[in-house]
Amino acid sequence: MPGADKETDLSERIESFLSELKRCGSGAGSLRGSAETARETTALLRRITAQARWSNAGDLMEIIRKEGRRMTAAQPSVTTVGNMVRRVLKIIREEYARSRGSTEEADQQESLHKLLTSGGSSEDNFRQHFAHLKANVIEAINELLTELEGTTDNISMQALEHIHSNEVIMTIGRSRTVEAFLKDAARKRKFHVMVAECAPFCQGHEMATSLSKEDIETTVIPDAAIFAVMSRVNKVIIGTQTVLANGGLRAVNGTHTLALAAKHHSTPLIVCAPMFKLSPQVSDTPKLSTKNFENTTTNRFGNLILSKVNAHCPVFDYVPPELITLFISNIGGNAPSYIYRLMSELYHPEDHEL
Amino acid sequence: MADSDGRQVDSINNATDEDVKLQEIVLAKNEGKELTKEEKQRLRKEKKQHKKSKKDDKGPPEKEKVKEKASVPVPSKPATQSPAHKAAPVPVNASASESPAAAEKPAKSKAELRAERRARQDSDRASKQGKKEVGQQSASSKPKATPNELQPVVKRLPEHVQVDDPAALKKLAKKLERQQVPLRSDYGYKVSLFSHLHQYSRKNPPTQQISIPATVIHPSIVRLGLQYSQGIIAGSNARSVALLHAFKQVIQDYSTPPNEELSRDLVNKLSPYISFLSQCRPLSASMGNAIKYIKKEISNIPSQCKEEEAKGELQACIDSYINEKIILASEAISKYAIEKISNGDVILVYGCSSLVNHILCKAFEKQRKFRVIVVDSRPRLEGRETLRRLVKKGIRCTYVLISALSYILPEVSKVFLGAHALLANGYVMSRVGTSQIALVAKAYNVPVLVCCETYKFCERVQTDSFVSNELDDPDDLIVTRNGKTHLENWQTVKSLGLLNLVYDVTPPDFVDLVITDLGMIPCTSVPVVLRVKNVDQ
Repeated sequence: MPGADKETDLSERIESFLSELKRCGSGAGSLRGSAETARETTALLRRITAQARWSNAGDLMEIIRKEGRRMTAAQPSVTTVGNMVRRVLKIIREEYARSRGSTEEADQQESLHKLLTSGGSSEDNFRQHFAHLKANVIEAINELLTELEGTTDNISMQALEHIHSNEVIMTIGRSRTVEAFLKDAARKRKFHVMVAECAPFCQGHEMATSLSKEDIETTVIPDAAIFAVMSRVNKVIIGTQTVLANGGLRAVNGTHTLALAAKHHSTPLIVCAPMFKLSPQVSDTPKLSTKNFENTTTNRFGNLILSKVNAHCPVFDYVPPELITLFISNIGGNAPSYIYRLMSELYHPEDHEL
Repeated sequence: MADSDGRQVDSINNATDEDVKLQEIVLAKNEGKELTKEEKQRLRKEKKQHKKSKKDDKGPPEKEKVKEKASVPVPSKPATQSPAHKAAPVPVNASASESPAAAEKPAKSKAELRAERRARQDSDRASKQGKKEVGQQSASSKPKATPNELQPVVKRLPEHVQVDDPAALKKLAKKLERQQVPLRSDYGYKVSLFSHLHQYSRKNPPTQQISIPATVIHPSIVRLGLQYSQGIIAGSNARSVALLHAFKQVIQDYSTPPNEELSRDLVNKLSPYISFLSQCRPLSASMGNAIKYIKKEISNIPSQCKEEEAKGELQACIDSYINEKIILASEAISKYAIEKISNGDVILVYGCSSLVNHILCKAFEKQRKFRVIVVDSRPRLEGRETLRRLVKKGIRCTYVLISALSYILPEVSKVFLGAHALLANGYVMSRVGTSQIALVAKAYNVPVLVCCETYKFCERVQTDSFVSNELDDPDDLIVTRNGKTHLENWQTVKSLGLLNLVYDVTPPDFVDLVITDLGMIPCTSVPVVLRVKNVDQ
């Protein structure tokens, strides 16, 4: 009886999580930050590990993969869910390998070689049963959770290394990471922030009000004025939705224009992104949401015109890695050309396709 | 000491004599009636006397200049204040910059008077270490260089980019008071980078400070000013045409007062109107050129011309200007531009440019097959007007906001942009966002074509969008999303500013071709066209 209860309870939780994900994507903008999503996903995966029925690592990985596929299908644009699933899979592999006794140093030394020849080394199919595997995996997931909770603080701690006084910093839209970053620097330094409002949802307004409450000199500019104002900007600091495997970004729309303008004026472009946003995808298909667009624009047109017009409202932009100067993440600063290495440390090549 | 007493007694005597008259004048001024020249002079004298008696150590040179100005019987155009206010080393330049303003006037007598005055001033200034002269002029908003003379001309800084200079502001206030034009006050917190520009609120138009009916400013000008400040008339061509029509009405209703010449008096009449309009909204480059043309035409009227004839001639001039420079020019530009549109093209346009709309409609009539992508931006959202016009014609359109530019640009084959003005160093001054479009189009290797009539060519040079720009009402950026208006109380937050720029400049390396009524030229050939135009005139 209790086992069945636990199972139904688990599936209920999974279902509610999935429905929340679906709803989050169809609302206007994101109702919850990526950090929250990552934490909830990891907690759910821990629960699955604890409560689902499995006897060896292979079974567990199958279960998690299945649930992961369902979750990513519910809302493909929220990539943090898939990333967390892949992290957990890698944790399981590591714990299994440790239980078996094989070391990982060999892995790291030959990782470039392994990258090129991956596919040939699927050693075994994880069928051995280990008594303490469950406990070890849950402990490792707990470590992951603590890491997730500290990401924003870790990033903000690096703020003073990158911002000097009397700077003019430009940002776009609303990113909680960048907000914390700038607020932390504002405690010790005085600088000026320009926020591009990012139509049509205008998240920049919220960002500006929140920053100005901390006594940071803030200015809201419309998207059209980004290039006009860029010549006076010293740094561009942005957040992103996803960091792609090649070092590029999938960020809120308007970021590509911002990056091009920064490149034209040789202004450094700094991306504050925690590690859980790193995704092994390389595709850059932007997601459309025309429904939101019609709701947010006032209906001065009249239906006669609207019926003859195509309106587009992409939500994300792809920014190629050559426009980016620096990534600041919870493990420090990195160049875009280094992202592929970080990825190989976080995810196993076989998990790239869930 | 005795001297000052004597002066004070003198002034008191004067006061008792002219007190009544003075009060009458002040009454008349408060009622908004136009003062005659004598009344204005008397007012000035009174004020000056007051000042003299109050502050003895105020630099006499200024007083004497004012007195001399008041005592000169020749009607003084506002431009003639310049010899009074220019710095010492620039008397030659003053005459040089005077000459375009008073082009082919019968200037002999005036020049002699001026020379006398200047000699007196120089001697006075040499004797007393006068206070520093602010070498600026708060005349019409566009400085005019003399392209035909190679003397070093000191360009007069326009007033509307000197808002952070209290001396310039005081000068403007004095000038507006003299012209009986209301002074508009700035609104809201200005971003520090733009503290040298005005920022007005649309909710306080300057027409509120005028009594209706006003006899100082012609009612059609008042209406025009209101239309400008509320944004009802917007767009470079529309504003110029509206201005010219209003001036036609003014000329129609004008009657020469006795003992005055039409050619000089009418220009003086226009000056307060121009000040009023620039208080409503800073003048555009096209409007500045139109005003220069009108002033030149007026001052070219021979003095023996009868009034009706002169008025008719002026109206014909204005009509021909509109016809030539705007209507026919757009026909010529369309002809050139249609050659550049091929079947199957996907054309991107930004905002609302009357010229580009005209080109697209004409091309559609000539059976070219193309579709249009209209890019729009907050807060003006002018692209909707373009969309309405094009869809009415039957052209297939797509609509995006400017943040979606990199998404939509891979589909585009050409970009057509309109311009507000073309500057002498090849930069294109246009609605804010144009430079962004040109930048991203360049990154995707899409050709950028700018369409601009030659009457918008301007002799200013500019390299960035900061030094000379226009700040629109900051409240326009406030918007409600999801039921929440985050910026509602932005005035209460000390460190929050809203920036609503109107124009920006596009560097010439982003622009591939400029289509004008003289042909298709590269961006860098603008000064050549300017030179050719000035030689013609």
